[in-house]
Amino acid sequence: MKVLKIIFKNAFRHKLRTLLTIVGIAIAVIAFNMLQTVVTAWYYGLEASSNNRLITRQAVSFIFPLPYAYKDKIANVEGVENVTFSTWFQGVYIDKDQFFTRVAIEPETFFDVYPEFLLSKEEHETFLKERNSCVIGRDIAKQYNLKIGDIMTIDGDIYPGRWDFIVRGIYQPKFESTDAMQMFFHWQYVNERMIVEAPPRANEVGWYSVKIKDPDKAAVISNKIDKLFANSNAETKTETERAFVQNFISASSAIITSMNVMSFIIVGIIMLVLGNTMIMSARERTREYAVLKTLGFSGKHLIGLILGESFVISAFGAGLGLFLTIPIVEGFAQAIPKSYFPVFKLEDITLILSISSAFIVGLLASIFPIQRALTTKIVDGFRHIG
Amino acid sequence: MSELIKVQNVSKSYWRDSFEVPVLNNISIDVNTGDFLALMGPSGSGKTTLLNLIAGIDRPSKGNIIINNNDISKYNESELAKWRSHNIGFIFQFYNLIPVLTAYENVELPLLLTKLSKAERKKHVEFALKLVNLGDRMYHYPKQLSGGQEQRVAIARAIVTDPLIIVADEPTGDLDKHSAQEVLKLLEQLNQEHKKTIIMVTHDSNAASQAHFTRHLDKGDLV
Repeated sequence: MKVLKIIFKNAFRHKLRTLLTIVGIAIAVIAFNMLQTVVTAWYYGLEASSNNRLITRQAVSFIFPLPYAYKDKIANVEGVENVTFSTWFQGVYIDKDQFFTRVAIEPETFFDVYPEFLLSKEEHETFLKERNSCVIGRDIAKQYNLKIGDIMTIDGDIYPGRWDFIVRGIYQPKFESTDAMQMFFHWQYVNERMIVEAPPRANEVGWYSVKIKDPDKAAVISNKIDKLFANSNAETKTETERAFVQNFISASSAIITSMNVMSFIIVGIIMLVLGNTMIMSARERTREYAVLKTLGFSGKHLIGLILGESFVISAFGAGLGLFLTIPIVEGFAQAIPKSYFPVFKLEDITLILSISSAFIVGLLASIFPIQRALTTKIVDGFRHIG
Repeated sequence: MSELIKVQNVSKSYWRDSFEVPVLNNISIDVNTGDFLALMGPSGSGKTTLLNLIAGIDRPSKGNIIINNNDISKYNESELAKWRSHNIGFIFQFYNLIPVLTAYENVELPLLLTKLSKAERKKHVEFALKLVNLGDRMYHYPKQLSGGQEQRVAIARAIVTDPLIIVADEPTGDLDKHSAQEVLKLLEQLNQEHKKTIIMVTHDSNAASQAHFTRHLDKGDLV
């Protein structure tokens, strides 16, 4: 008989209690992993941002447009390699629940500035030629069963009216973090209609994306761009793409922070659940610990037995939780629209965090029972009625 | 016979809140190797406390306890634990077996602290269980045994390390007459055939009659 066998026998002495504790830990581990996965998914946009791209937007707010005429001026700034622009189009495809990014772009420059959207040469050439064509991400094509030549009709809201686009390209994401749920079409197509239907809104773009040669000079180039338009009717604010994305995320920082806090509160709950079980077990075994001490078992032996039992229960709970987390996260990723979380997967860091949390919880939950077992005198232990 | 246990001017008191409660008053007693001593007295007389002090599971407030020429009252906790594992076998009134372990595993427990191999441990455990006539109940759990059988497992656990001294605290206190007689017979056998020194606390004069001599305690004094 080995000590490990005693640890296992002790851990499963009260099968129902141990089982409930294990299930409690497993549920908490799943909740922790889910919350952490949502938090990391939220930050995926940051990971996808390039360090050699700047975003120039209206200084007052992102929602205000910039003149199309700025493009050439920005392109002439020293250190700028290429410039493209985009305009947020929005609209409704099928119904309002079908959300994915729809933007009007400049097709000639866009795919050079954003090389992570992989489009074949043939598709790109067709896209360039046809003014009413569009390029969609792989995941949009998959979700709506779209193929080259299909027509996508968008009911415009920011740009009112019915808009028909012919699918001429399906781009593949270069990286795992690249969003494959976007739809791109010609800005000129939209602009031509604005010239006719809403002239004051013509020749405006949403923001400029600036490809720079040296990322180390991002701050200098940003200053130069903004100085060009200082004191104009549409002053600009230029920042790195990372800072731009971070500003978006910071708008939701309270939610993300509370999710982070909640996930660690859950770790605290696991500790209380396991701690409670361990304290009950240790109290019931006060007499047995006295017997073991009488037989010559030292403090180290008792620490090993109690700590081992705590680790066994937390390891079973964490193992079960992790085992169930994987299909749950996969199911969740399938169930939610890709456009909300383009990348929703269990990160290694989340696994490491939950495993180490379970390990720490196992350790902390055994401290009080160990302290009690060590400090209770043998004669007092024999008087104890468990 | 040589002197094995020397209890010299031992006093013991406990503290209840801020009150000192004396339990033993300046006790001196000697026990020779191979003796079978019964300690008797009314409840609260201090007999179990004296047994605990001799067994090294409690410490005297004053005086010395010298066993086999070692003053155990000077040992620290870990030294005492090691000393107990080599020298003392315990038999309790309520058996104190570990309920999740079989009879075999309960008896094997003290041997886990030794360097014996698995095969050697098996040999010792089987010998001890056969000695108490439980060779056929090795793999039964305590709840599957009668009170008398449980106490015999406890005796096997007490002797499996071949200790110098066996201390028994009311070993028949929870048993019926027949089982009690069996346990007393076993203790006598251990004393006579295996030359074990036994100190037994009991209320039962019939049990005490099995011992070589009896000492009475009353209110912490030997009478």
